[in-house]
Amino acid sequence: MHAQGLYDPTNEHDACGVGFIAHIKGKKSHSIVEQGLLILKNLDHRGAVGADKLMGDGAGILIQIPDQYYREEMAKQGVMLPPPGEYGVGMVFLPKENASRIACEQEIERAVLAEGQVVLGWRDVPVDLDMPMSPTVRAKEPVIRQIFIGRGPDIMVTDALERKLYVIRKSSGHAIQALNLLHGKEFFVPSMSARTVVYKGLLLADQVGVYYKDLQDPRCVSALALVHQRFSTNTFPEWPLAHPYRLIAHNGEINTVKGNFNWMRAREGVMKSAVLGDDLKKLFPLIYEGQSDTACFDNALELLVMAGYPVAQAMMMMIPEAWENHTLMDDNRRAFYEYHAAMMEPWDGPAAMAFTDGRHIGGTLDRNGLRPARYIVTDDDLVVMASESGVLPIPESKIIKKWRLQPGKMFLIDLDAGRIIDDKELKDTYANAKPYKQWIDSVRIKLDELEKEPEEPKSSLPLLDRQQVFGYTQEDIKFLMAPMAASGEEAVGSMGNDSPLAVMSNKNKPLYNYFKQLFAQVTNPPIDPIREAMVMSLVSFIGPRPNLLDTNNINPPMRLEVSQPVLDYADMAKLRNISKHTGGKFKAYELNICYPVAWGKEGIEARLASLCAKAVDAVKSGHNILVVSDRKFDADQVAIPALLATSAIHLHLVSKGLRTSTGLVVETGSARETHHFALLAGYGAEAVHPYLAMDTLVELAKGLPGDLSAEKAIYNFQKAIGKGLMKVMSKMGISTYMSYCGAQIFEAIGLNKALVDKYFKGTASNVEGIGVFEIAEEALRLHKLAFSNDPLLANALDAGGEYAFRVRGEDHMWTPDAIAKLQHSTRSNNFNTYKEYAQIINDQSKRHMTLRGLFEFKLDPSKAIPIDEVEPAKEIVKRFATGAMSLGSISTEAHATLAIAMNRIGGKSNTGEGGEDENRYRQELKGIPIKKGESLASVIGKDRVEVDLPLQAGDSLRSKIKQVASGRFGVTAEYLTSADQIQIKMAQGAKPGEGGQLPGHKVSEYIAKLRFSVPGVGLISPPPHHDIYSIEDLAQLIHDLKNANPKASISVKLVSEVGVGTVAAGVAKAKADHVVIAGHDGGTGASPLSSIKHAGSPWELGLAETQQTLVLNRLRSRIRVQTDGQIKTGRDVVIGALLGADEFGFATAPLVVEGCIMMRKCHLNTCPVGVATQDPVLRAKFQGKPEHVVNYFFFVAEEVRQIMAQLGIRTFNELIGRSDLLDKSKAITHWKAKGLDFTKIFYQPEVPASEPRFQVEEQDHGLEKALDHKLIAQAKAALEKGEKVSFISPVKNLNRTVGTMLSGEVAKKYGHEGLPDDTIHIQLQGTAGQSAGAFLAHGVTLDLVGEGNDYVGKGLSGGRIIVRPNTEFRGWAVDNIIIGNTVLYGAISGEAFFNGVAGERFAVRNSGAITVVEGTGDHGCEYMTGGTVVVLGATGRNFAAGMSGGIAYVYDPDGDFEKKCNMAMVALEPVLSSADQEAKVDRAIWHATTRDGEGQTDEAILKGLIERHFKYTGSTRARNLLDDWANARGKFVKVFPTEYKRALGELNAAKQSTEKVAA
Amino acid sequence: MGKVTGFLEYQRLQEASEAPQLRKKHYKEFVVHLSDADAKVQGARCMDCGIPFCNNGCPVNNIIPDWNDLVYRGAYREALDVLHSTNNFPEFTGRICPAPCEAACTLGINSDPVGIKSIEHFIIDKGWENGWVVPQVQTVKTGKKVAVVGSGPAGMAAAQQLARAGHDVTVFEKNDRVGGLLRYGIPDFKMEKSHIDRRVEQMKAEGVTFRNGVFVGKDFPPNVYNWAKETIFPDQLKKDFDAVVITGGAEQPRDLPVPGRELKGVHFAMEFLPLQNKVNAGDKVKDQIMATGKHVVVIGGGDTGSDCVGTSNRHGAASVIQFELLPMPPEQENKPLVWPYWPTKLRTSSSHEEGCERDWAVATKRLEGKNGKVEKLIAARVEWKDGKMVEVPNSEFELKADLVLLAMGFVSPVQQVLDAFGVEKDVRGNAKASTDGEGCYKTSVDKVFAAGDMRRGQSLVVWAIREGRQCARAVDEYLMGSTVLPR
Repeated sequence: MHAQGLYDPTNEHDACGVGFIAHIKGKKSHSIVEQGLLILKNLDHRGAVGADKLMGDGAGILIQIPDQYYREEMAKQGVMLPPPGEYGVGMVFLPKENASRIACEQEIERAVLAEGQVVLGWRDVPVDLDMPMSPTVRAKEPVIRQIFIGRGPDIMVTDALERKLYVIRKSSGHAIQALNLLHGKEFFVPSMSARTVVYKGLLLADQVGVYYKDLQDPRCVSALALVHQRFSTNTFPEWPLAHPYRLIAHNGEINTVKGNFNWMRAREGVMKSAVLGDDLKKLFPLIYEGQSDTACFDNALELLVMAGYPVAQAMMMMIPEAWENHTLMDDNRRAFYEYHAAMMEPWDGPAAMAFTDGRHIGGTLDRNGLRPARYIVTDDDLVVMASESGVLPIPESKIIKKWRLQPGKMFLIDLDAGRIIDDKELKDTYANAKPYKQWIDSVRIKLDELEKEPEEPKSSLPLLDRQQVFGYTQEDIKFLMAPMAASGEEAVGSMGNDSPLAVMSNKNKPLYNYFKQLFAQVTNPPIDPIREAMVMSLVSFIGPRPNLLDTNNINPPMRLEVSQPVLDYADMAKLRNISKHTGGKFKAYELNICYPVAWGKEGIEARLASLCAKAVDAVKSGHNILVVSDRKFDADQVAIPALLATSAIHLHLVSKGLRTSTGLVVETGSARETHHFALLAGYGAEAVHPYLAMDTLVELAKGLPGDLSAEKAIYNFQKAIGKGLMKVMSKMGISTYMSYCGAQIFEAIGLNKALVDKYFKGTASNVEGIGVFEIAEEALRLHKLAFSNDPLLANALDAGGEYAFRVRGEDHMWTPDAIAKLQHSTRSNNFNTYKEYAQIINDQSKRHMTLRGLFEFKLDPSKAIPIDEVEPAKEIVKRFATGAMSLGSISTEAHATLAIAMNRIGGKSNTGEGGEDENRYRQELKGIPIKKGESLASVIGKDRVEVDLPLQAGDSLRSKIKQVASGRFGVTAEYLTSADQIQIKMAQGAKPGEGGQLPGHKVSEYIAKLRFSVPGVGLISPPPHHDIYSIEDLAQLIHDLKNANPKASISVKLVSEVGVGTVAAGVAKAKADHVVIAGHDGGTGASPLSSIKHAGSPWELGLAETQQTLVLNRLRSRIRVQTDGQIKTGRDVVIGALLGADEFGFATAPLVVEGCIMMRKCHLNTCPVGVATQDPVLRAKFQGKPEHVVNYFFFVAEEVRQIMAQLGIRTFNELIGRSDLLDKSKAITHWKAKGLDFTKIFYQPEVPASEPRFQVEEQDHGLEKALDHKLIAQAKAALEKGEKVSFISPVKNLNRTVGTMLSGEVAKKYGHEGLPDDTIHIQLQGTAGQSAGAFLAHGVTLDLVGEGNDYVGKGLSGGRIIVRPNTEFRGWAVDNIIIGNTVLYGAISGEAFFNGVAGERFAVRNSGAITVVEGTGDHGCEYMTGGTVVVLGATGRNFAAGMSGGIAYVYDPDGDFEKKCNMAMVALEPVLSSADQEAKVDRAIWHATTRDGEGQTDEAILKGLIERHFKYTGSTRARNLLDDWANARGKFVKVFPTEYKRALGELNAAKQSTEKVAA
Repeated sequence: MGKVTGFLEYQRLQEASEAPQLRKKHYKEFVVHLSDADAKVQGARCMDCGIPFCNNGCPVNNIIPDWNDLVYRGAYREALDVLHSTNNFPEFTGRICPAPCEAACTLGINSDPVGIKSIEHFIIDKGWENGWVVPQVQTVKTGKKVAVVGSGPAGMAAAQQLARAGHDVTVFEKNDRVGGLLRYGIPDFKMEKSHIDRRVEQMKAEGVTFRNGVFVGKDFPPNVYNWAKETIFPDQLKKDFDAVVITGGAEQPRDLPVPGRELKGVHFAMEFLPLQNKVNAGDKVKDQIMATGKHVVVIGGGDTGSDCVGTSNRHGAASVIQFELLPMPPEQENKPLVWPYWPTKLRTSSSHEEGCERDWAVATKRLEGKNGKVEKLIAARVEWKDGKMVEVPNSEFELKADLVLLAMGFVSPVQQVLDAFGVEKDVRGNAKASTDGEGCYKTSVDKVFAAGDMRRGQSLVVWAIREGRQCARAVDEYLMGSTVLPR
């Protein structure tokens, strides 16, 4: 599908199921092919179907060439194939149109001849034309033929033939693209190899083997089969996008692909290959623009392999382990990675890659292990690897090993050698192949190790003038720089962003402000740069990159390394004089980006052009570090914005193939906050020297409290920026600066296309805006002001007004008058005053604030209708919801007021993250309504309330929307069953891609109760949902939640950014019933200021893109769309509806109605009006009333009706998607805003009029297939009468989310307390699908004999889970995996015993469950806030990261656990004997295994749990430990979070003092 | 920002003042500005709001949170810079402004607002004490000449701003001293006149020329004080100057058209108050209107009425009573429906503390006297129904009255002056000019700008300063094509 409106195919994502089967000894058989196809079928649920059930997203299989079969088939045509290895097979998709097809075939043949090879013949690939197929798929179905190519006389070995085939494929492809045929795009070569062949297409998983008749033939044999099932965000039928590619199949996403693409392109000019020789040139362009991430990866990998790298080594170069901070890594291996790091930047992002060159097959995982991959080895030499376990029915007795791919690890089967090579052996081989360590030592220069140089002289201009030149404001100093200088951290703020976009601002804004950071949501996860710092790296190489294809490493060049990219004065001085230190190997050249003011704004274009030309000259004349500098500005010289100059030069050098021949360093006065550095990096800077920020810090240090030296201030600033950069990178899921550099992870808002295409190519910019001359104009205006005699600027910087309102500062939508009018109107129920308020917000004819402010309605007076014909307000208000504000971010009173009000009007309030007091809904759900005379205090308890609210009969305190955020706080089965809607918060407008933290002092007794945590212990919400790393994971969570509460609609909250529409389409395909598109400007209780300001885009863009993409995909009809973000008036609502929203979220406005006056101090807990605070003294000042909120929503609805009457529209549904009723306001004369163009926002997709524009049908969740229906039926006696039941059921990987629907039934009837222990005992036999036992309720036991997959016991709500191996299985539990990743995520209570090893992130965010496991992967017990974990075997790295509560006991016989434990928040202690503990340890800090239970000794807890583990699972390890207990105890380590220890002490002290008072 | 939790920890502190019995004996200021320690604590109460409503509530948009913080941190000089960046004369407003900022203070929603005015008072006094207030001489001259007619706060602010922009400014004042209503309308015990003199000195050093005793116009009404010795016709001014700013105030007082008005002893407040100020300044005044030993009735419940009360008490009046036509306002306004706007509520001024009876909803019906001298006042109670005043039947009463002072506000600028300039007027008789957008503050007559009460009608000193500043900006832009003067 071509780009149209806001839809752009480059935003497409996919994720998938991947798997392979191989015979280790290389024995070929047809059964391998059959089993491959079976794996595909059993991964079916990981794919998706679109609007049309017969249309999948594509699937395929890669096998070895079935020589005998082809030989016999070709013989029928009279073609005798040469011996195996001497011919290749090209699988070719050809256009249906005859002439085009022939043209394509001829080009291939021509290429074969040109390369000196022989065309043996063509074969029509037999396909099943009768197979039912979607008409759209059929329409795109290509003609599929195979070409057989024989070796030419000069080709002696298969590898050489393989390279020739590669050249033939590439060069014929280029030739065909060059023909520019209408049907040329249908041409595609899935494979062309002497070893492998790919059968794939836009098929459903089970169709591959049917469609391709070849695959059914018993002669079709192979020793390996690599399969892939795709889940794409779109529904457009594109055959080539199916996997596998020629060498790989991929599950995940390459986040850095834009940068990788640019860097590959940049290398084209300088690469040399001894192996490929002159053929290399024929391969360019290596990667076409607009290809998928996997295709790009495949292209790059293929080049490396063809150039002579072994496929495994090539994979190590492209997806290196996180070596930078890996303290346990072997020196040689680290040297190997460091050596190659300069040659290629990592391809970063979640990735489970299966790869094969036909002789080897293997898999590898990204550095953070963000995708699952399990494998088994059988005693008859089969290896099966797949995204999940249980994809093939292999008898347990035949399996000898069950394991998983681990983060950054690889495993390889060498079919020729007939053996498995594990990660260590494999990597040692390559790491030790060359003396990398020695090489590194001799070629690496570290900048900070060089001798000091005298610093550059400082400018003689006054600091104030220099700051003003770059638009510094008082707020830059006060809010951004001072906190960084003082504490080394970015400052935090609160509430949303209600100031205008840069392009509309009357102030002069830095160019940086026109760019918005992109972030990961759904299709890939953000990373936690703090708790998972071990994968992050800021290392940067400055200077030319070594030849990527230099496989022989003859005399490797020198490389210059910096540990982080923010250079101080000394660094810069060294860099300028680098030639001296490197014997002339490095030579720096300064590009002065200033130009005479007298040239005016017109001067900029030519100046940029000459800078680019100068850069080329400099590189060609042997300079290899370019310093882009604006240091030389003065009263007569103005600086081109450094970002513009940097990007222009970077991209120019890329296009000239020179970029990898030089380093690019930026020396600028403009960079002062994280966002600036991120942008410079994203557009090519390898390092930045912010000299003016540093000058400012030197000055600032004098005035800051404490003895802060200038050096320390600069150091802190560098540290803060470094942390900030990691945050910005990680929100996109990128972990290294090297791959972030040049990756362009931004979208522009307010820059015109000509400018972007010329200087920021590849960046999305959808509303046009200013051009290069206006950028110059803006810089000139600042320059002029700085040197003018403006009295306000004589002694001070501009006030700013971005972060706090100032009358003379930046504009804000929330003005003092707007707030006053809104409060007065709703308190006195005065619609006229409301209209005054709405006028302030809506009328942006003078104050340009938002995109929608510049829209106008196309009114036709002849169509206007009387207002009484318009749908009544009481219907419209049902579409309104309040935002997700947790009780924690706002006070109990403020939270309850919203709920009461929304329930009165029939709208919805949202719990926000953090659970809900069950007292607010239990009675209601039992059918007992609230009676007159009751009050908030009478329902939830007097001690919980500071300002009581009287209730009316029939009121409800229940939040109808229950949020499920990454922290999963308080998400119990009961909580879920109480919802009308369950909202998965993927991102939050104020800080998309980031987590949050509730500091311990805010965790009151009540909040701790709701969140099932310990009062006083801090709570961390991780940036990602650890059970959503891709779109199919989201589909799984939706399925889980739907099981927990089949009546609730499932909503997914996204934040607007470019590409959100495609994500929303994916969400719709993942079966969400509802999607929220939040604007970037929404409120927050606390967020880094740079995120509030610079991440995400306005909802107008995201919503319009969503509507267009959903309609294009014919998915709009089955999903409701809600939008939110600074929605304040009826006009906002109408515009939202016209752009495609069914529903609307409001947060700040209702808070203002409740009394909020935009203090922006939520994060300080000092809200003086009792709204956003937990301080009882301040809460007592709360004055909000539900009536006021009700008045507000009716006012908004009334305003909506007035507009509808003017538009002549009677019902709200008729408004939705009618963007044709919008126009750009004609009155825009603002010098910047007049360039905006909203055509793309108002675009109406080309689909038939019959295609619905709003939600009209329900999703099919396929719940009827759930195993739970049977379980519920069998447990009837227990559910109805509480009788004990026990039964056995088989289970398969296709049975996902087992036990959850049953638990929903239990919770509905019996609440969180559930049934008595073990009332329902279910023994499952087999391999359970994902999410076994999710939200398992108390009283239910799942005893799984076999194994589990990912997410076992997710949200465990009191039940018991036992997983033990089948007795037939012969492996040791401690050496074999039994459950997948992210087990017990967000578990609340209950217990789980696993007789085997778990995958990564075991017990992540556990808040109360008890568990025993025989080993874990990386990140065990991450973010844990409560509960008890016993690990009887080895753990992975980063254990206990962010762990604030609970206890883990780890068996550590070798004493190496400490190295694998993240010690930032925990201490390690021995497990004392009970006697010792009683004698020596204060009882106050004894751990209890139950909430509010008595503390026990560690020995008692540990031994008791191991005994029970043995009892339930028969664990051998448990038996052995118990048998030798006296000895074994001493080998356990207790992981004790320091915060938990402190809180236990404090709680105890508090308890004692109250007891004293009572006595 | 001050102290994060300062507003929870500290109480609002009123500025100290001399006891009423003592201060009644003289005409000096009796309010003492805060000590350093107290000022710091008061500054700490500021919450540095995300939206500082004070910043908006203040007509000159003082950047209050910033200087509160600076005072908290002891950075007085920087605080003064910030204060001066929006307000030319904080010593005036720090003393006599009713402080709409405090009405808008967020802390005032449910507690006592920050003592903003007391902090302003503190900062500027600190500035003068330390010699930080110095002339800011513009060395780059534009060669343009501007006349400012009227030297009240609007005229002074306009003149100072224009001089700082490099123009040659001449201020014309009909009376013998600079300051307008500040000089002769505000009693010294509220603001001593040395404050004006100091500013005049500063402005002279900055190049402003003052021509006192010069009336610009043709003729002048008899009941407005006017001690001009010279008259210049507006046309002459327009000829001699590149721009003329008229800031002549709204001096036409509202009269009381009742029988007996013509009796002796019935005076406008502005016939009464200026004389005392002149005496305090050392002038010899013939026939000063004195309240000594008299029964004084002040008609009008506003600030000017208060000033009459305070002055009468200092004269040694036998009794003082003050009437207001409107009913007594509530002690406390309905905050949820009023904040952050200026509330109507019962305000007790320092003059009231010094002794005065107050009565509301009273309408004067007639004055009676002997020998042409007033002796008594006959009034009646009124009720207000739907905005209309109705006399309460049989409620007439009479009062002894030897001196009746009319302080019922001002109707408009002196019409004769506007007519002499020929500028278009609005419905209320003010000079017509807008305050926003192109051509703001410009009257219908070329070159002529208007600001202050002359443009907006009677108002506060702080509004006059605002208009003077903004008008200066408009004039500068008019003369130079662009301007860097702040609004």
